[in-house]
Amino acid sequence: MSRVEVPNGAAAERHHILTVLVENKAGVLARVAGLFSRRGYNIFSLAVAPTDDDRFSRITIVVDVESAPLDQIVQQLDKLVNVVTISELAPAAAVQRELLLATVAAAPAARSQVIQLVGVFGGEVVDVGADRLTVALAGPPDKLDGFEGLLETYEVLDLQRTGRVALPRIDVPPPGRARLVALDPPPAAG
Amino acid sequence: MKLTGAQALVKSLEMEGVEVMFGLPGGAILPVYDPILSSPIRHVLVRHEQGAGHMAEGYAMATGRPGVAIVTSGPGATNIVTPLSNAYMDSTPLVVISGQVPTAAIGTDAFQECDITGVTMGITKHNWLVTSAEDIPEVVAAAFHLATTGRPGPVLVDVPKDVSFASMEWHWPPQIDLPGYRLPGAPARADVERALALMRQAERPVLYVGGGVLKARAAEALRALAEKTGFPVVTTLMARGAFPDSHPLCLGMPGMHGNYTAVTAMQRADLLVALGARFDDRVTGRVDAFAPEAKVVHVDVDPAELNKVRRADVAIAGDCKAVIEALLEAAAPTLGGDDPALRLGAWWEQLRRWQAEFPLHYERRAEGPVKPQMVVETLRDLSPPDTIVVSGVGQHQMWASQYWRFDHPYTWVNSGGAGTMGFAVPAAIGAKVGRPERTVWAIDGDGCFQMTAQELVTAAAERVPVKIAILNNAYLGMVRQWQEMFYGERYSEVYLSPDLPDYVKWAEAMGAVGLRAEDPDEVAPAIEKANAIDDRPVVVDFRTDAFEKVFPMVPAGASNDDIVVHPDHGARADAERRSRATLAAEGRG
Repeated sequence: MSRVEVPNGAAAERHHILTVLVENKAGVLARVAGLFSRRGYNIFSLAVAPTDDDRFSRITIVVDVESAPLDQIVQQLDKLVNVVTISELAPAAAVQRELLLATVAAAPAARSQVIQLVGVFGGEVVDVGADRLTVALAGPPDKLDGFEGLLETYEVLDLQRTGRVALPRIDVPPPGRARLVALDPPPAAG
Repeated sequence: MKLTGAQALVKSLEMEGVEVMFGLPGGAILPVYDPILSSPIRHVLVRHEQGAGHMAEGYAMATGRPGVAIVTSGPGATNIVTPLSNAYMDSTPLVVISGQVPTAAIGTDAFQECDITGVTMGITKHNWLVTSAEDIPEVVAAAFHLATTGRPGPVLVDVPKDVSFASMEWHWPPQIDLPGYRLPGAPARADVERALALMRQAERPVLYVGGGVLKARAAEALRALAEKTGFPVVTTLMARGAFPDSHPLCLGMPGMHGNYTAVTAMQRADLLVALGARFDDRVTGRVDAFAPEAKVVHVDVDPAELNKVRRADVAIAGDCKAVIEALLEAAAPTLGGDDPALRLGAWWEQLRRWQAEFPLHYERRAEGPVKPQMVVETLRDLSPPDTIVVSGVGQHQMWASQYWRFDHPYTWVNSGGAGTMGFAVPAAIGAKVGRPERTVWAIDGDGCFQMTAQELVTAAAERVPVKIAILNNAYLGMVRQWQEMFYGERYSEVYLSPDLPDYVKWAEAMGAVGLRAEDPDEVAPAIEKANAIDDRPVVVDFRTDAFEKVFPMVPAGASNDDIVVHPDHGARADAERRSRATLAAEGRG
C-alpha cells in the first residue's frame, strides 16, 4: 500500500470520503457521531446539510481508515436505521470543496502582501480592521492546505475550515485513468 | 375512531400479538396503565425495572417471540438500561416502552426526566421519541419489525405524557416507512458454490455454530447439513441446544471454558464453517493464534459481522436457515463427491482420541463438600429432558453449560455477550411465563442471586413456579478463581459468606419454598422435592465446594493452544503439546 505524504503531513490515502444520505430526523447526527465514537473510528471532518429533498440530509464524512477498515465502518454505518445510502467517493472520482476563514494579523506594512496572497489563490478579503484582516477561500481541500501553509508566514489569529463536501464527478474517468482510485483499494472480499 | 395516544399504544401492542408484558408504573407512563386494565394483554408487575427487562428477555429466548417491557421515565427507564444492553449483545428481540415527561418539559431537567433515547442509542437497534399521538401505530409496528427481523435486537419507544393524553384517529395496519432498513436477500449461487468447494476439499472441518442458528430457527436445517457432511459440530455458549449434545457429531462447547476437543478441533481445523457466530473473543482466545490453518466460510445475517474479527474466505450475508438450505440444495445428491467418511476418517479418529483422553472432568466424591458439577449433573438426570435451564454469569454458568445435556433448541437461556450477573432469576420467570408447561430451572450463583432475587416476590404473586438452584460457594466464584490463578491467591473482595443471607428464610419470606442441601447425599432428595412442587417458586441452597474451579480454561489473552485442563489431566495435555511441537518442528504438524 503506497502512501503519499502531502505538505501538511497527512497521509492522503488514510482519508476516504463517505457521502451518507440520512433521513432528516431528530438525533440522526448524534447516532452517526455516536457510532464513530463508540467503535473508535476517527472522523477527519464532517459536514451536514439538508438535500434538495427535505426528507433527507447528506452527511459528508472524511474518515481516517487507520482507525478501522473502511468496509467495517461502512457496514456499521449501514446498520443505523436512519442511514439510507452510503457511497464512498474516491478522491479522483469526486469534486470536493471546502471553505476556509482566517483572521490574520496584518499591520499596514504587511497588509498588501496578505491581500496579494489572497488574490493569487482567488480568495477574498471579507473583513478589515486596523491591524487585522479576515480572508475567505473556497476550493479543493489541497488548495486550502497550501493557502493555510503560506498564511503561517503571518500571525494567524483565528482559523476555521468547514470540512469538505463532495459529489461524484459527472464524467467518470475511463478505467485506464482512474489510477488514484486504486491507491488504497478495499481488500477484496473472500 | 378517536383514541388517546395511550389507548392507541396498548391497542397497537394487541395488534402486534403481544400476550404478556412485564413492567412497573410511574408518573409519566400512568396514562398508558389505564387502558392496560381493560386489555387482554397480561401484565406482570415486577419489583424492579431491571427484572422487567430480563423477564422479557427470558420470555423471548424461550419462545422466539419478542419480549415486551414497560417502564416509566427517569429512573424507571435507566433501570432497564442493563437489560437493553444485554439484549443488544445477545441479539434478543425486546421492545421496551418508556414514559417520558411532557413534550414541553423535555430539556428542562423536569422531575424524573432522563434523555433515555440518548442514553440507549448505542445499545438498541433503534429507538424513538414519539412526538405525535398520530405516529403511535407506525412507531409500534416499526419497533416490532426491527426487533424481530434480520439480526434481532432491542428497541425502545419513548412516549411523552402529553402524547399519551392526546387524541388521535386510530388506524391499522400502519404504513411502515424505513427507507434505510434492508435485509439480506437469498444467498448468491456463486457464494454457495464457493463455500461448497471448500467444504468438499476440507479434511479437518468444523461447523462452528453460534446463536444466529437459533435466531433463524435453523436447528433442523443444521442437523441435516451436519449429517450430510459428517462434519463435527461445536455449539457456542449462545448456541447450546442448536445441535443435540447427545448426537455423535457434536463436540460441545468451544471457547474459554469449552471442552478440550471442541477448542482443539477448531485450533487444528483446516476449515471453519461459521454459522451465525461472530468470532467472539471468548471463543477465539488470542485472535492471531486462533485456528491458524483454517479457511473460513462465514454466514451471518448481519453483514457487519463478516470480516470484522477474522477475514473470511467465503463471506455470505444471509439468514442462517436460508443459507444452510441453499447449501443443502446445491450439494444434492452428495456433498462429498468422494466418500466423506473416507476423507474425514483420520480427523474423526483424532477427535475421538481427544474426547477419550480429555473428557470434562472433576473429582467425584461421595463425601465432603458438594461438587457444583455434581449438582448440575444430578439436576440434569432428575429433570425432564426438555427442561429450560437459565443461568446467571460466572462459574455456575460455565458448569451449567458444560454439564447439562442440551438436546433441544431454546432450552438454554443465559447472558452471553454482556455477562450480566443477576440475569437468571428474572429471566427464568420470563421463560416460565412464556413456556408454562415446561420445567424451568435457574442454575444461579450466590452472588448473582443476591442481585435480583426480589423478583421471586413477583413469581410468587403471579404464580410462576420457577425453580432456582443456588450453587452457594460463598464467593464471587469466577473472580475468586482468577485471583487464585492469576493474582497469586490474593483474594480481594470476593468472600460473601454462605449463611448471610439465610437463603432458605429469604425464599420463604418471598413466598417461595426454601430448601437446603449440604452434603452430597442430600442433593438428589432436594431436587426431587423441588421438582414435585408446581404451585410456587422453589429455591434450593446447595452448599458447594468453594475451591472448585472451572476447567478447562484458556487464560484471557492467551492462545487456545494454551488451554489449561483439569490438573488430573495436566500431564497428558503437556505430552500432547510436546508431541505437536515435535511434529511441527519436523514439518509434519
